[in-house]
Amino acid sequence: MSLLEVDGISVTFDGFRAINGLSFVIAEPELRAVIGPNGAGKTTFMDIVTGKTKPDSGKVLWGEDNTNLIGQSESTIARAGIGRKFQKPTVFEDQTVRENLSMALKDRRGPFAVLFGDGGNQARLMEIAEEVGLAAHVARSAGELSHGQKQWLEIGMLLAQEPRLLLVDEPAAGMTPEEREHTTDLLKRLALKHAVVVVEHDMEFVRRLDCRVTVLHEGRVLAEGSLDHVTKNQDVIDVYLGR
Amino acid sequence: MTDATLSYRAQRPPIKRTSTMIFLGTLTVFVVLVTVLSGADLISTSFVKLLGKTLCLALAAVAMDVVWGYTGILSLGHMAFFGLGGYMIGMWLMWARTEAIVQANLATQSLPPTPAELRDAIGGQIFGVVGTSDIPLIWSFAHALPLQLILVVAVPGLLALVFGWLAFRSRVTGVYLSILTQAMTLALSLYLFQNDSGLRGNNGLSGLQNIPGFENTSQAWISLTFFWASALALGLGYLLFAWVVSGRMGSVLRAVRDDEARVRFLGYHVESFKLFAFTLTAIVTGIAGALYYPQAGIINPGEVAPIASIYLAVWVAIGGRGRLYGAAIGAIAVSLLSNWFTSGGVPDIDLGFYEIRWTEWWLVLLGAGFVCVTLFAPKGLGGLVDLIARRTDPDRQGAYGPDTGAKRTSEGAE
Repeated sequence: MSLLEVDGISVTFDGFRAINGLSFVIAEPELRAVIGPNGAGKTTFMDIVTGKTKPDSGKVLWGEDNTNLIGQSESTIARAGIGRKFQKPTVFEDQTVRENLSMALKDRRGPFAVLFGDGGNQARLMEIAEEVGLAAHVARSAGELSHGQKQWLEIGMLLAQEPRLLLVDEPAAGMTPEEREHTTDLLKRLALKHAVVVVEHDMEFVRRLDCRVTVLHEGRVLAEGSLDHVTKNQDVIDVYLGR
Repeated sequence: MTDATLSYRAQRPPIKRTSTMIFLGTLTVFVVLVTVLSGADLISTSFVKLLGKTLCLALAAVAMDVVWGYTGILSLGHMAFFGLGGYMIGMWLMWARTEAIVQANLATQSLPPTPAELRDAIGGQIFGVVGTSDIPLIWSFAHALPLQLILVVAVPGLLALVFGWLAFRSRVTGVYLSILTQAMTLALSLYLFQNDSGLRGNNGLSGLQNIPGFENTSQAWISLTFFWASALALGLGYLLFAWVVSGRMGSVLRAVRDDEARVRFLGYHVESFKLFAFTLTAIVTGIAGALYYPQAGIINPGEVAPIASIYLAVWVAIGGRGRLYGAAIGAIAVSLLSNWFTSGGVPDIDLGFYEIRWTEWWLVLLGAGFVCVTLFAPKGLGGLVDLIARRTDPDRQGAYGPDTGAKRTSEGAE
């Protein structure tokens, strides 16, 4: 059944139509790759779903009771179960890996709950640190980590949030081939229970994910289907692969 | 996994806890020292008052550090809360003392005064300077100390809550927010300057050093008691804030400072956390003000002028923001220095063609100091502690090697 349904959203920035009547459905569980050339609206799509950008028209329906997410705050949407990993790893550099993960742990989020809380489930935190290969580094400051480790930390923070839908922007950027493989495995494993949307440029990576692919172009869906299916689509070849 | 957990505990000494203990220890030694010196008549009553006031300013600076250094809100209006705290306690001090004087005057008459007569006489005494004897509505609680003490907390707290809610929910940030806070304190100051504000206009409240009920106690004792109270407030305030900025709350506040958009995507309602920090620090600043002004003896609207809040930010910047003791050190050092320079303690320098008078030139010196700290020592005076710590500690952080076969930290410490 569908977890997230994006229905006919459009958004214009200073006359530029970034998203043009985009519709998109993702089920739970499902793994989906979103590809498209620069300016196709991939990031704007994520911004709209996570509440950062308000669309001019359209609906974003969420969950069993089809709540419209448009107009809700970023934090409310995040608490509803939508987690986001940014393209550029955004971790809190002057805090330790442990503090970064602890902040992300699923827990009550109000100021007083945070103030009087016990800092969250430490066993769970170490489990996640183990999963992303940072168990030995929990006491280090996140700013000291390598680029790849920061990527992992951010993936760890995403896991700690225990979201139902994971929006992952270029997860493999800056990773070694082994790390990429680990990422692919992790995403596939997550997709057994969760809805996972991966935005990616790297075709090889997408091929390894072996999932349904949505091609965006000029703010709308150009093609959808298996990677082989969409790569044979003439429109896709013209706008994206043909270059 | 266990190894990592253990090494976390072993390698990250609770620095905050250590610095808190050192701070509280130093404060205690200082209090004992001042008490002994004052008992032996080696320091004057006015100097004890100066030190007590300085401790109140240090408490305000620690609060400022939480809101600015940790949460990233450069509030240039926190001294408004300090002043409001002072006004609230000043109202009771003035009322109770005037009541005692009026009662003594009327006692010589043949008929005992009625409550209405008493009230009129008090009103005439307090508000005569602004040309009225009507008692404004805001003085309704001034006769009762407990009620006025509640207002010490409630008035700054409510102002911060309402102002913060309006500002944060519109997502006003950075320099625009600082300007708004300046506008807030300026507006408050201008309002208080009016005679019909009900708080005696530019006369302010005076005679606050006379504590009703303790007319026969010497000022030496009263100032020493206020010094102790200020030290206690600073100690408790420091403990409170050390607790607030530790743990996950501290993490979230620093995260809001560094990247508030990212914090939103983690599911935290950033505005609530800002409002929490802003209001809590406003309340503590109000309490600091309520302890300061009985020692200063007078409060007037000039005290909440925008410049006062800018000074507060300067103290925190010079002391080193992002660390509580830094803010306290900055406030104590700069305000004592300022007092020394402006009270004629430093001899003027005669250059022959021009005489440097420190009363005028102190601000230039302070400004130059501020610029130097910003440019050359962004960590402020508190950064000196890092230098010392680096000398004494082995320069290593985190586990030594990638696995258990590598050199362990325990070996390094040997």
